[in-house]
Amino acid sequence: MTLRRINKFLCYLILILLSILCLFSFYLLIINSTRAHSQIQKGFSFTTGDFFVANLKNVLGNSELPIVKGIRNSLIVSILSALLATYFSVLTAFSIHIYDFKLKKLAFTFIMMVMMIPPQVSALGFVRWMGRLDLIDSLIPLFMPSVASPIVFYFMMAYMQSNLPKAVIEAARMDGSSEFRTFNLIVLPIMKPAIAVQAIFTFVSSWNNYFIPSLIIRSADKKTLPILIAQLRSADYLKFDMGQVYMLIFLAIIPIIIVYIILSKYIVRGVAVGSVKE
Amino acid sequence: MKGFRRVIALMLVLMMSVSLIACGKDAGEPATTPPDQDEPSPEPTPEPKQEEGKVLNIWGWNDEFQGLFKDYFEGKGKVPDGVEVKFTIVPNDDNAYQNALDEALLNQENAAADEKIDLFLVEADYALKYVDSDYTLDIIKDVGLTQEDIAGQYKYTQEIVTDSKGAIKGTSWQATPGLFAYRRSIAKDVLGTDDPAEVQKALSTWEDFYDVAEKAHAKGYKMLSGYDDSYRTFSNNVSQPWVDSEKRIIIDDNILKWIEQTKEFTDKGYNNKTSLWDDAWAADQGPGGKVFGFFYSTWGINFTLLGNALETPLPDGLTATSDPEAYKEATTGNGIFGDYAVIEGPQNYYWGGSWLCAAAGSDNLELVQEIMRTMTCDPETLITITKDRQDFTNNIEAMETLANDDNFASAFLGGQNHIKLFAESAKGIDMSNISPYDQGLNEGIQTAFRDYFNGTVDYDTALDNFYKAAIEKYPELKRPD
Amino acid sequence: MKGSKKAKSISYAKWGYIFLIPFFLIYIIFFMIPVFSTFYNSFFENYMSGLTQIGPNFVGLENYKTILFDSDLPKYAYNTLLIWIVGFIPQIVVSMVLALWFTNARLKLRFTGFFKTVIYMPNLIMAAAFSMLFWALFSDIGPINNFLVAMGHEPISFFQNINATRGLIALMNFLMWFGNTTILLMAGVMGIDESVLEAAQIDGASSWKTFWHVTLPSIKPIIVYVFLTSLIGGIQMFDVPQILTNGSGGPDRTSMTMIMYLNKHLFSKNYGLAGALSVILFIVTAILSFIIYRNLMERDSSWETRRSKQAIKGGGK
Repeated sequence: MTLRRINKFLCYLILILLSILCLFSFYLLIINSTRAHSQIQKGFSFTTGDFFVANLKNVLGNSELPIVKGIRNSLIVSILSALLATYFSVLTAFSIHIYDFKLKKLAFTFIMMVMMIPPQVSALGFVRWMGRLDLIDSLIPLFMPSVASPIVFYFMMAYMQSNLPKAVIEAARMDGSSEFRTFNLIVLPIMKPAIAVQAIFTFVSSWNNYFIPSLIIRSADKKTLPILIAQLRSADYLKFDMGQVYMLIFLAIIPIIIVYIILSKYIVRGVAVGSVKE
Repeated sequence: MKGFRRVIALMLVLMMSVSLIACGKDAGEPATTPPDQDEPSPEPTPEPKQEEGKVLNIWGWNDEFQGLFKDYFEGKGKVPDGVEVKFTIVPNDDNAYQNALDEALLNQENAAADEKIDLFLVEADYALKYVDSDYTLDIIKDVGLTQEDIAGQYKYTQEIVTDSKGAIKGTSWQATPGLFAYRRSIAKDVLGTDDPAEVQKALSTWEDFYDVAEKAHAKGYKMLSGYDDSYRTFSNNVSQPWVDSEKRIIIDDNILKWIEQTKEFTDKGYNNKTSLWDDAWAADQGPGGKVFGFFYSTWGINFTLLGNALETPLPDGLTATSDPEAYKEATTGNGIFGDYAVIEGPQNYYWGGSWLCAAAGSDNLELVQEIMRTMTCDPETLITITKDRQDFTNNIEAMETLANDDNFASAFLGGQNHIKLFAESAKGIDMSNISPYDQGLNEGIQTAFRDYFNGTVDYDTALDNFYKAAIEKYPELKRPD
Repeated sequence: MKGSKKAKSISYAKWGYIFLIPFFLIYIIFFMIPVFSTFYNSFFENYMSGLTQIGPNFVGLENYKTILFDSDLPKYAYNTLLIWIVGFIPQIVVSMVLALWFTNARLKLRFTGFFKTVIYMPNLIMAAAFSMLFWALFSDIGPINNFLVAMGHEPISFFQNINATRGLIALMNFLMWFGNTTILLMAGVMGIDESVLEAAQIDGASSWKTFWHVTLPSIKPIIVYVFLTSLIGGIQMFDVPQILTNGSGGPDRTSMTMIMYLNKHLFSKNYGLAGALSVILFIVTAILSFIIYRNLMERDSSWETRRSKQAIKGGGK
């Protein structure tokens, strides 16, 4: 009994330590968003300053920083990426999981093989090619490629293998449902937990993506948040204001935390569904 | 916390005026003239001709010029009706501005008229790349400024943007002499005086500088804060450009001197092992700092040094001109406000600067001409900018006048008239040895040798790392044989 | 039974192709074509000298020679893998332990919802912002050094120390990803059939043995997934070291990763060298994927769950 209690105590201790480690960066972020640039420069503080409103005003009033548009662009790109990546990855996995056709094995092997190749290796050709397609300074190259997301596909495939019995599909066919209808009305709901998990992963990575957008986007109207943050950081030395940078980061993570909190319910439920099913 | 920004910082150096954003309130501006049609401005804008473009495209890496433009050009009603001014700002990070600008300029011929770049800004560290190309226009022959227009400017600001054929390809509103800002209290303790003239005497050569460093060290002070503090004083007094005609990288003796001096300072404990712009460097300029002084430039005083020197930051928006009473109240006894003074230091040098260039293919040359004239040649505008924003502007006569004006004594500098010093040292600036590669190579050598100064690697490894990074950045360059 | 099923499969085969179209179409447009253009570029000398384009001049394998014999690519590959492993080992261990705790009904931990939410949160901050915060924390005058000084210790210049810099990057990778991994592993553990676990316990197996022989094999697919995605992320490591070291990969280029190196050539518009480097990275990762893929397929029977075995093999019937 006591042993178990000590055990439990240790568990809590470790969990609390890890939580502190995790929350500490948020704490720092909030503290720094309330401090003036020169205060941040001079070192660290554990207490808040009184520059929150000033920083907020500076960020929102900075005509070079279309922050509302930035949030909108980031939302468009991230939401579309999450939707496209999950929908089409389930579709691709569905194709390979359910149907028998000649090139199936080849297709599967191909996707598995290309999964590990870093997208950066094609960045060079990507930008030039987008230039030719007249897609420079457009949001399309930022979300469209999500349709082909090998990693999301792999996850969907693994989930489908343990959660989507072929019998379900057969039954739907008996009822005269078309393949496409079966997919949308029967398969997607079954895959919901996996979709929620991957949707949030994709959303987050797209929300935070800087590499590709920085190569594609030019005009202020189309800039996403990471570009705006980078722009503020490199604004220029004298104008450079860490108070504003932290404020912008702070503003940038609010939407994502909201999305996370909404979706995290589904994730937990998804995990629960996984436990009941067998 | 800016540590990671150091590199960029160096590039950006010029942005001096920006600093002044703080006083965006234009308190000093005569608020009487409503900008508009019935009140003719002193220099009436020429009627835009039919063929002038409808969109004026201006490119820059920050909004420094944009702010000036709004207050002193657009705000004065000088933009003709029906013309839209469009600023494109690309951050300077990792040459990103240059890359984007290059792409746009290369595409200039095919671009639609309203997309063509009309005016763009460049920094000293890479100005030559654009000056020595066909993408910039001669401001006299092509743009239409006259020799008379630019006669009042500091000569070096013209020489730096003069191409190999002698054409002037850009024009600037500012001059950027370097300076050494020292702590009066520490000078008193170490040298027995805080008088700028006396301190200058004690620091007038590098030998003297060493002696003072030793004395300061004996008293528990550091002479300099970081490795790169004195870098610009050496690099801007080199005897040859960074790259020779064979595209070989040449490390000038003066740069070697910087390496030698910095290593010695580091080993002897004369510096605090910080790097330009990082948080430890900034903290050294504050109340807790034990550093004798800092090499800076005109633009650095009001924004960077002042902010760092205070214990409690000034309320947002408060500047010396916006509300003198409140300003005095907020600064008196705040940190080490009033403890700094500026002198020329052991060697005259410059640091930073931005230039306006007219892009070949521009369809708004009339307007470009007018902007250049107003923003960089017109003594009235320039003197107003200095009064409003305390930038050191590019008009010898105007600056000389202010130099002799007691109202310009800076409370922050303990009552010193810094414009006087700048007006003096601006005359000695020599930029004849700049190269198009300065930005990358200056940055590169500071980064590579940091490992050497702090003892992580030996001299040869640091040198090797420098060459590697340099050739990654500029594939056409070669190591010296 | 089998026969009828097969007949149906044939009639539906075209749907298999149709549903694959979007993936491959997009993949070809946004990845394959750029990759081929990168391949093509790698055989040319082609860069910008100021505003002047040098090349493209065909140089054969010259760029490859430069990258392979005249650069420090192996060093950067070593840096990348080392930093990844140092972060991944604690990540998988800690996540495994947490996943077991959270799913252990007998332990009856409370507030698990809170903990689960919190440990995932570092993943939500931009890597760039996270790096900035770490820079502030560990800078020469940061709180960590203030603390050390208060304890009577000499201040440490973390970013001038090779192990400290690499270690910090690994630590950040760990912090950003262990919550994510925990959630995935939990999903796996909860999917295990309770009766199997109970049977093992009734047989008198120790909890360690149960873990090793029952739990671990059952969640292998998830572990493989975690391993793969982490390795992929490791190979692509860029933001964190780039910002933490201000792009220098310092000290002495010991925290320069492969993608940072590629990025240097991309930014200086050296299309030839960047192309060659991309192709080399492409080949290396392709070989790596092949090895891992083969291993996965060999263990097919163990990592696939019962029911679905024929799904993957089905095509070869």
